[in-house]
Amino acid sequence: MVKVLEERKGQIYRKGSEPYAMECGKTSLAGSVSQRACVFCGSRVVLYPIADAIHLVHGPVGCAAYTWDIRGALSSGPELHRLSFSTDLREIEVIHGGEKKLYQSLVELIDRYQPRAAFVYSTCIIGIIGDDVGAVCKRVSAEKGIPVLPVHSEGFKGTKKDGYRAACEALLQLIGTGPAEGIQPHSINILGDFNLAGEVWMIREYYEKMGIQVVATITGDGRVDQIRRAHGAALNLVQCSGSMNHLAKMLKEKYGTPYLQVSYFGIEDMAEALYQVARFFNDTAMMRRTEELVRDEIAAVYPQLLEYRKALTGKKAAIYVGGAFKAFSLVKALRILGMQTAVVGSQTGSSEDYQQLRDLCDEGTVIVDDSNPLELAGFLKEKGVDLFIGGVKERPIAYKMGIGFCDHNHERKIALAGFVGMLNFAREVHGTVCSPIWKLVPRYSCCGGGVADVG
Amino acid sequence: MLLRHTPSEVKEREALVVNPAKTCQPIGAMYAALGIHGCLPHSHGSQGCCAYHRSTLTRHYKEPIMASTSSFTEGASVFGGQANLVEAINNIFTIYNPDVIAVHTTCLSETIGDDVPQIVSKAKDDGKIPDGKYVIHTSTPSYVGSHVTGFANMTKSMVNYFSESSGTEKDQLNIIPGWVEPSDMREIKRMTGMMGIKTVLFPDTSDVLDTPQTGKHHLFPKGGVTIPELRSTGDSRATIALGQFASGPAAEALDAKCKVPCQVLDLPIGLMATDRFVDALRKTAGVSVPDAITDERGRLVDLITDMHQYFYRKRVALFGDPDQLIAMTEFLVSLDMLPVHIVTGTPGQRFEQRIREILKHDVPQVNVRAAGDSFLLHQWIKSEPVDLLIGNTYGKYIARDEDIPFVRFGFPILDRVGHSLFPSVGYVGAMRLIEKFLYAFQDRQDRDALEEKFELVM
Ligand code: SF4
Repeated sequence: MVKVLEERKGQIYRKGSEPYAMECGKTSLAGSVSQRACVFCGSRVVLYPIADAIHLVHGPVGCAAYTWDIRGALSSGPELHRLSFSTDLREIEVIHGGEKKLYQSLVELIDRYQPRAAFVYSTCIIGIIGDDVGAVCKRVSAEKGIPVLPVHSEGFKGTKKDGYRAACEALLQLIGTGPAEGIQPHSINILGDFNLAGEVWMIREYYEKMGIQVVATITGDGRVDQIRRAHGAALNLVQCSGSMNHLAKMLKEKYGTPYLQVSYFGIEDMAEALYQVARFFNDTAMMRRTEELVRDEIAAVYPQLLEYRKALTGKKAAIYVGGAFKAFSLVKALRILGMQTAVVGSQTGSSEDYQQLRDLCDEGTVIVDDSNPLELAGFLKEKGVDLFIGGVKERPIAYKMGIGFCDHNHERKIALAGFVGMLNFAREVHGTVCSPIWKLVPRYSCCGGGVADVG
Repeated sequence: MLLRHTPSEVKEREALVVNPAKTCQPIGAMYAALGIHGCLPHSHGSQGCCAYHRSTLTRHYKEPIMASTSSFTEGASVFGGQANLVEAINNIFTIYNPDVIAVHTTCLSETIGDDVPQIVSKAKDDGKIPDGKYVIHTSTPSYVGSHVTGFANMTKSMVNYFSESSGTEKDQLNIIPGWVEPSDMREIKRMTGMMGIKTVLFPDTSDVLDTPQTGKHHLFPKGGVTIPELRSTGDSRATIALGQFASGPAAEALDAKCKVPCQVLDLPIGLMATDRFVDALRKTAGVSVPDAITDERGRLVDLITDMHQYFYRKRVALFGDPDQLIAMTEFLVSLDMLPVHIVTGTPGQRFEQRIREILKHDVPQVNVRAAGDSFLLHQWIKSEPVDLLIGNTYGKYIARDEDIPFVRFGFPILDRVGHSLFPSVGYVGAMRLIEKFLYAFQDRQDRDALEEKFELVM
């Protein structure tokens, strides 16, 4: 049985065994090998794909170095977001303040790159030394005539979710500052897709085929000018709810724009994401076009999916992702492939998320919040899974244990969204679950003593 | 095309870093700590730092990287992180049960001024540290130095916490290998083994970050220098430290603490630096160099003679960590190549002096910068083009933009494998590096050759 600290027991639930009472939203235990990140990380991942803006990280160099082009958020034009800019604070500025350096850096960057806007991220130390980042941004904005937006993302001031919030606040300042002319009644913004492997391009195309104008993609393949006029769209679609619900809510409050929560993963959810919009606009011609589109797209991938399903039926999977919302789609997508989800968890799920997961999953499924590698490895072994879906830190754990792995985080290199994405996903899962290497290596070999050895 | 905005004209910048050639101290401390057997590195700060460091190390080594965090929240940063650290120590021993917890600070805990030794001693008094278990610490403010400094600091802490002199000299040498790959540490041990020398290598990440697939996830793999070994370093006959920047401080601390005489050598990358390393081993341990090692050297020299025309006057730009660059620069010169632009992100006057010294005859006009960034390097390359670029993965942008052959070397390498499995130190490592340089040149030659000049034999 997996060894779990007393304090963490409430964050693990086994469906069917006990009444549902999942604890979550807790700060991680000090000393845990948590897979979670910080406020800065949350802000950075959300805003990063805005490709014609400067993203300046204010603080010591580390935070900027680690987030340099790790997201794979593709741009169809400018690539400014893929460079790494840091004020590289040194000891002297920690003592005397870094505002001067921040000012100089901004001026230099704006003069050289002529960006459409600049985002300034405050990291841990800025909160402590008390630089007035807002004032510097204001000054530069006035001098240079572009929006310069502070992002309050001091690492310790909460969790990744608070970083999402800070990013949404910054976006809200931008939205509404551009002209809303020329926007059709059937128009949307796509929120919370980060265009990993070009996913937003596919989604955009679906909606355009339905006859809808896409005003802004926030933030995948994002452009400042689009975002500035995003208040003119008739509807907001939120894909990554964890990161963008907050913005959608604020837009509803401020501009009255309604929003829908959607998911682009798996054919069921993808189709539903299109139908939801067609229903919203209540236009029969659009509905007909949507039906055709869905039919054609599914017809194109389904026969191949069935092939993969044959090989994958009966295999078991474990899912550990950042936000819980993605997990719903993954459970469903795996089902289409004939696979069962035996373990599912997230870093930041809410109580409702976990409840929904419980309803979705089979008996015996382990549901876990803010897990650590030791627990995760224990669950993988206990359930005898064939596939682990997670992020960069989970990959080598799976491989060491002899289990297939699929990155459904920001390191994915192929598009997993959309109908084609489902096929890509199936292919990737098949490739790793059925790899011949697993026949040649030990898998979850017996525990070799020591509490720490999980396998 | 990603870097199409880079202007060739260099304008001095005081404030801004563009595309850094370094990162912050804690990650170096984390890597060094992983080289102690049964050690869990612990990051005293907020969760983000720890997550970033683990992700970056994971991408580079393709191994599970374990490290815990104090999970600072706003409260901790106002009232200090004492409660978090004490609780962390307690939790870590309860659930992960390491032999050692190696605490390093972050910019946050440094700035709020947490006194880690005092907190640790409180934890000890409160009985939170089980008998026979240790908590060591090092101070790694990220606004000082770079990741290399962090590595040096944690290695020095190993000495401060563990080295002891019992008064009886042991017939063994200490080797501090610097921030090199697990494969390099393995190679150093292989060489000293061939020479019949007993050594304590610290830190030692071989068998920690290059582990075999066993069907099991080992939280603490079998490798790493053990505590008794670390203790015994105070009784060793001498210390050989490789790389002034990463290993010098620990070697000097050991000399001061336990009177173990030390020599600080360059990293044994390339022919001459390896010669000096082997010679230092021979003299210090009082052994003779076995034929097998002389033969390895001979094969390396043979390879260079066979292929020297390909290296002649090739202009090279390189960036990375100072110890690596110093050794690599000398190696390139010995191959008749011309290192013309050299950038490290790690600050330090000594670096520029050493490089100028090595190049004074061959490239007196070298562009060299400590505390530079890869934007500057790119600008230099634009105004004075090169035939080869050597550096970590981030160099791929420049290589693509300028269409230059590129050899990945250093930290981090996120998009290739091999670095953690095959050494670049020693004679064998030099052969591997040469192979890489040659492939880069020859692939380019084949690619660019006109139809009528495309030939089978090169
Ligand atoms: S907050 Fe400081 S210590 Fe942490 S990653 Fe950023 S620069 Fe490094």
